[in-house]
Amino acid sequence: MTVNGKAVSGSVEPRTLLVHFLREDLLLTGTHVGCESGYCGACTVHVDGVPTKSCMVLAVQADGADVTTIEGLAQNGELHPVQEGFWERHGLQCGFCTPGMIMSAAAILADDDNPTEAEIRHGIEGNLCRCTGYHNIVRSIEYAAAKMRGEEPAPPEWETDLV
Amino acid sequence: MYPREFAYVAPATLDEALDALASNPGAKVLAGGQSLMPLMKMRLFSPEMVVDIGRIPGLGAIEDKGDHIAIGALVRHQQTAMDALVAEHAQALAEAAAYTADMQVRMRGTTCGSLAHADVAADQPAGAIALGSTMVAASKNGTREIAAGDFFVDTLTSALNADEILVEIRVPKAGGGSAYDKLGRRGGHSDYAVAGAAAWVRKSNGTVEDARIALTGVGTKPMLAAGSMEAFIGSDGGDVAIAAAADRATEGVTLLEDLYGSEEYKAHLAKVFVARALRGALARA
Amino acid sequence: MTTTTSALGGVIRRKEDPALIRGRGRYVDDIRRHGELAVAFVRSPFAHARINSIDTSAAAAMKGVHAVYTIDDVRHLGPLIAQVPVGKLRPLLADGEVNHAGEAVAMVVADDRYVAQDAAEAVVVDYDPLEAVVELKDAASDRVKVHEDLDSNVLLSWVGHEWWADVIAVDDPRPKIEEAKAREDAVIVELEMVNQRLIPVAIEPRAVVAHWIEGYDKFEVYSSSQIPHALGGAIAKTFGLPSNAVHVRAPEVGGGFGCKLNVYNDEILVCFASKELHRPVRFTETRREAAVSTIQGRGWIATATLVGTPDGEILGYELKGLADMGAYSQNFTVAIPLLGLWVSAGQYDIPAYFEVACVVTNTQTTDAYRGAGRPEALYYIERAIDAYAREIGMDPADVRRKNYWKNDQFPAVNNTGLAIDSGDYETNLDKLLEIADYAGLRQMQADARAEGRYIGIGLSTYLEICGFGPSVLSEIGFGWNNYGLPSSFSGSGLVRVNPDGSVNVIIGTGPSGQGHETTWAQIASSVLGVEIDMIRVSHGDTAESPMGVGTFGSRSAAVDGAATYQAAVKVRDKAAEIAAHLLEAAPEDIRFADGGAHVAGTPGRVVTWAEIADVAYRPHTGPEGLDAGLEAHAIFSPGNATWPFGSHIAVVEVDPDTGDVEFLRYIGVDDCGNVISPMIVDGQVHGGIAQGVGQAMFEEAIYDEAGNLLTGSLIDYPIPTAGDLPSFELSRTVTPTDVNPMGVKGIGEAGTIGSAQTLVNAVVDALAPLGVTHIDMPLRPRRVWQAIQDARRDSDVSA
Repeated sequence: MTVNGKAVSGSVEPRTLLVHFLREDLLLTGTHVGCESGYCGACTVHVDGVPTKSCMVLAVQADGADVTTIEGLAQNGELHPVQEGFWERHGLQCGFCTPGMIMSAAAILADDDNPTEAEIRHGIEGNLCRCTGYHNIVRSIEYAAAKMRGEEPAPPEWETDLV
Repeated sequence: MYPREFAYVAPATLDEALDALASNPGAKVLAGGQSLMPLMKMRLFSPEMVVDIGRIPGLGAIEDKGDHIAIGALVRHQQTAMDALVAEHAQALAEAAAYTADMQVRMRGTTCGSLAHADVAADQPAGAIALGSTMVAASKNGTREIAAGDFFVDTLTSALNADEILVEIRVPKAGGGSAYDKLGRRGGHSDYAVAGAAAWVRKSNGTVEDARIALTGVGTKPMLAAGSMEAFIGSDGGDVAIAAAADRATEGVTLLEDLYGSEEYKAHLAKVFVARALRGALARA
Repeated sequence: MTTTTSALGGVIRRKEDPALIRGRGRYVDDIRRHGELAVAFVRSPFAHARINSIDTSAAAAMKGVHAVYTIDDVRHLGPLIAQVPVGKLRPLLADGEVNHAGEAVAMVVADDRYVAQDAAEAVVVDYDPLEAVVELKDAASDRVKVHEDLDSNVLLSWVGHEWWADVIAVDDPRPKIEEAKAREDAVIVELEMVNQRLIPVAIEPRAVVAHWIEGYDKFEVYSSSQIPHALGGAIAKTFGLPSNAVHVRAPEVGGGFGCKLNVYNDEILVCFASKELHRPVRFTETRREAAVSTIQGRGWIATATLVGTPDGEILGYELKGLADMGAYSQNFTVAIPLLGLWVSAGQYDIPAYFEVACVVTNTQTTDAYRGAGRPEALYYIERAIDAYAREIGMDPADVRRKNYWKNDQFPAVNNTGLAIDSGDYETNLDKLLEIADYAGLRQMQADARAEGRYIGIGLSTYLEICGFGPSVLSEIGFGWNNYGLPSSFSGSGLVRVNPDGSVNVIIGTGPSGQGHETTWAQIASSVLGVEIDMIRVSHGDTAESPMGVGTFGSRSAAVDGAATYQAAVKVRDKAAEIAAHLLEAAPEDIRFADGGAHVAGTPGRVVTWAEIADVAYRPHTGPEGLDAGLEAHAIFSPGNATWPFGSHIAVVEVDPDTGDVEFLRYIGVDDCGNVISPMIVDGQVHGGIAQGVGQAMFEEAIYDEAGNLLTGSLIDYPIPTAGDLPSFELSRTVTPTDVNPMGVKGIGEAGTIGSAQTLVNAVVDALAPLGVTHIDMPLRPRRVWQAIQDARRDSDVSA
C-alpha cells in the first residue's frame, strides 16, 4: 500500500488490524487506539481519501490502498489548516483523540469548507473526546474552514473574555 | 481488541466468493466490516475464514431498473443516504441510512451489510421492510429472492444461509411517499435506535390505498407492524386514522426489553414513531 | 499570535501542541523498548467465586508464550499497596477467590498481544460461584459478605462534624436541625437520590511498560500515570528497593480524570515479570478491559433532607447515605466521600449534617473520578435546594442568594470545621443571571409553556475544595507515606537557568492534557522575563523531580505552581545580584524583561540571561561571595486548600412523548481566583461541564444482580459526542485566594462539580407542570418518560 505518499510493504497475519500495521510495522504511532467497538474514532485515517477507523479494517483489506495518517497531513512542513486551527483555538488538551479528530475534520472540510456548527458537530460524532467538551474543537474546525475559504477566522473567544 | 486467527480470501469475482463460502462452512462475508470487525475483535464471533467481497467489481452501484431500484452489496450507508434515486423512491431508506452510526462508519459500512447483520436496533431494516424491498441472495446454486418482511428472522439472524451473499436489495418504485424516524440511544437520531418506525404510504383520491409500516428496536427483530397497517389502509390518512394505526403498533410483536427501555416504554415509543413516520410519509405521498 | 514573554493572565499557544497535532506525541504505547513482551490477563467471569484450580499448562506450552503467572508466583510481594488501607487490599492476582467480575486471575506474557490473548483463552480456571452482592443497601445489610475476613461490608462512616474529632472540634448540628424540623412553619423536603456509578473513559487506555536491568539493579518504567512518583514509591516498596532504583516516567498521558490516579496491580506485575524474564514487559488495557480493570467513580445512594422557612431561609440540611467502594480498597478508595463531606453544605451558611457509609460490594473498585466526592455532595444539596425552592414557590436563585455565606464572613468556617478561604458568591450569581438574561429566559419558558412546550431552566451554584494539599491533612493520609514518600501533598518546583540562558522548569505534577508546559512556562516567564521559547518544562519524571505529588484534585497550579513561582523568585533574586554587578547598579533596581535584565529607567542597556548565567557558572567573575549555579528548588506547603465556586444555568426542552431531552444552552460563570491562562482555564471548564453532562444524561455503569458489568464497551456506555452538546457560554469572576502567592485556586474539576445537577434541575424544571419532582441520573429518555408517567399516575391517584 501507499502510506503518506510512500510505497510500503509488509507481511502480516490476516487478523492484523490496519491500525496495528501502521503503528507496529510502520512505526506511525500518531494513529491511536482508544476502543475496540469502533466508537471512539482515535484511529481515524484516510483510506483512498475516505475517513476510516483503522481499527475496523484489516491490514489486508487495505492492500494496495492509498493511506494518509496524521503524520502525512502536513505538506512540506506546512501544517494543514485543521492542524493550525487546533493549535490556534486550543482544540486539544491531552491530544490522544486529536489525530483522529483532525483526520475527520479534514475530511469534512474537504467535502464542504463552509459547514454550519451543527454540521461540524454531526460530522465528528464518530470521534470521542473526553477533555474539551468539543467546544474548542468546533472553534478550531471553524477556524480551519475560514482559512480554507481564504477568510479571516473569527477572533478567539478568550481575548474578549480577559479579566 | 485482537481477533482470533482466521483464513482470509479476497476473491476477484462473485463466483469465486460463492465458491469459497460453499466450500468453507465456517466462512463469513466481509463487506464494509463495520458490524463484523467489532465482534471479531471482542472475540464474540470468530469465523474460521473471512471472505472479503470488497474487491469484487460491480457491487457498488445504485441503479434504476425500471420498476425498482437496485442497491448493490457494496453500496455504503453514505451513498444510500445521499443518492438521488433513493431520495426520490425510498426516502425512508435514505433517512435510515443517514441516521446510521457516524460519518466514518457511514462511509465504509454497507447498506446490505447492515441488513444482513440483522441487528434488532439497526435503522435500515425498518426502511427496507416498509418499502416492500426484495433481498437477493446469491449462492453457488443460484439466486433467490426474499421479501424484506421475511428476511429478518431473529436477533442477529437473517434468512441468509451460510453460503449466501446478500448481493442486492431491490426497492420497488411504488409511488407514494415514505419516511423513517427514531429515538436514538443518546437521544435525537443518534446511534442505534431505542425504537423507530418506517412507513410507506400511497394515497389515491383521499384514501390510503396502500401502506406498509415497519418497526425497529421494539421487538426481537425488525418487522412489519401488521395491526397498524390494517388500521391505516383504506382510511383517509387523517389524525384519527394515524392515532388508530399507532394504537395497534405492537400487535403481534414480541417486545424486547433492554438497557434502553422497558417493554412498556418500547410499546409506547412504537406508537409514537408509527405516528411520526406516517405523518412524514403522508407529507411526501 | 507571537509572544516573546508572557505575563500571568495572558494567552499563548500551547507548547504541547506542535508534536500532538502532527501525531508525534509520545504516549506510553508509542514508546517501544527493544525486545519487549506483551501481557494479557485471564479475568474472572464471576463477580464472586472460589477458585478451585488454575491450569496454565496449555497456555504455557503455546508458541510465543514466555510465562504464565498466578498468585502463587507473586504472593510474596504482598497485596497492592493503598495509600488509605482501610478495607480489603487487592491481591496482585486473585488469591483463592474472586470478588468482582474482571478480576485478574492469571497473567500471560508472550511475544505479542495477539498471542498473549490467544494464550489467556487457553488458561483453564475452575470456579465455584458464590452469591454476589451488588446493590448498596443489600450489601450494607451484611446479608452476603464480600470478604469473610472483614467484620462487615460497611468499612466506616464519614460524619460531618466528627471526621477528625481529635483535632477539629465542631458542634453536632443535629439538635439545631431537629429543632428546625419541629417548628410549626417548617417546610421539609426529602429526596432519596442515586448518584450513579461511572466509568471514567480516558480515551487513552492505561498502558505501562517496565524493564528491570540486572546489574544496574533498577526498574525503568513508563506508565500512563497521574502520579508517577507514587507509582515509583510503590514499586520500590514492593521490591524492597530505594526509590532511586525505580525511574518512572509518565510521558504524554491521554486523559486521566482520576482513573490514572492510582497504583494498579498490572503496574506492579509487569515489573515482576520483567525481573523474572529479563525483558521489557508491556501491558496496555483494551477498552472493555478498562471497564473492569480501571477504577470507577461515584456510586452513592443517599437521602437529602432540607428544612427551611416558607420565605426561603434554610434552617438545616442532612445527607445520609451509602457510598460504593467496590470489592477492594486501592489508592484513596474510602477517602473519596470525605472530599464530599467537606463541601456538603455547599456555599451556604447553614446547619448541615453529613453521614455517608463506605460499603464493599462485588464490583470493581471505586476511587477518584473527576471531582471525587464533591460532585456527589454538590449534586445532593443543589437538587434539594431546587426542590425546596419549588415547594415554597420561590425562585431558586433567590433561595440560594438568601443563604450564601456573605463576603464579610470569609474566611468562613463551615460545618466540617474547615475555613473557606475567600468568596463572593452573590457577585458571581448576579453575573450569571445577567449574562444568561435570566428574566428573559423565564419569560421565554412561560411563553413556551403556553404553547404546550416543556422548556426547563436549571440553575445550580457550587463550592469546591481543591488544591491539595494543606500540610495538616497529611496526618489523615493526604500524602504518599504509604508508598514510602513524603507524608504531605506539598508542591515541588525547580527552576534552573542553563549556561546558555535557556531555562528548565521541573515540576512534580503528572498532567494528562492540562497544558502544564504552557502554564508553567508562563509562570517562569512572568517572573524571569525569559522568552517562552527558551523555557522547557518537564513533569512526570521521578529522576528529574526530587519529589512529585502528581496531578489530581485541581492542585497543580495552586501548589506546584506556587512552588515554581517561589523557585523562580529565588532565581530572579540571585540573577538580580549578578546583573547588578554587571550593570554596576543596586540589585533592587534591576528589572527583568524581554529576555534580559536592565536597570530601572535605562532599558537600553541589557544583560542577557546567557551573560548572567555565564557569571553564575563562573562565580569568580561575579560579585564577592557568589555561590555557583543558577537554580532554585522550592517546596510549597499551603496552609489551606483553595475553594473555587461558580454558578451555572442549563436550558433544555423535553419531548414528553418520548422523554428525549434537547440540550439548548449552557451558561457558566466560574471563579477560580486569579487566572494564569484564560484559554486553558476555559478549556478545563468546557471539558468539566461535558463530563458532568455525561453523568446527567448518558453514563451509568450497570451491573446485573450477579455482578456482571452490562456496560463495558462504548456501545453500551455512551459518553457525550459533539452532537450531544451545545457550545458553552462562559464567563468568570475573580476572587483571589491568599493561600498561595499567585492567588490562584483550581479549575480542573469545577465544571464537573457544577454541571450534573444543573442539567437535572433543568429537566425537572421543564417537567414541573406535569408534577415531576425528581428523576435519577442518567436522564436517558426511558427514565424521563417513566417519570412523566409516574407523575401522571400519582396525580390521577391524588385527584
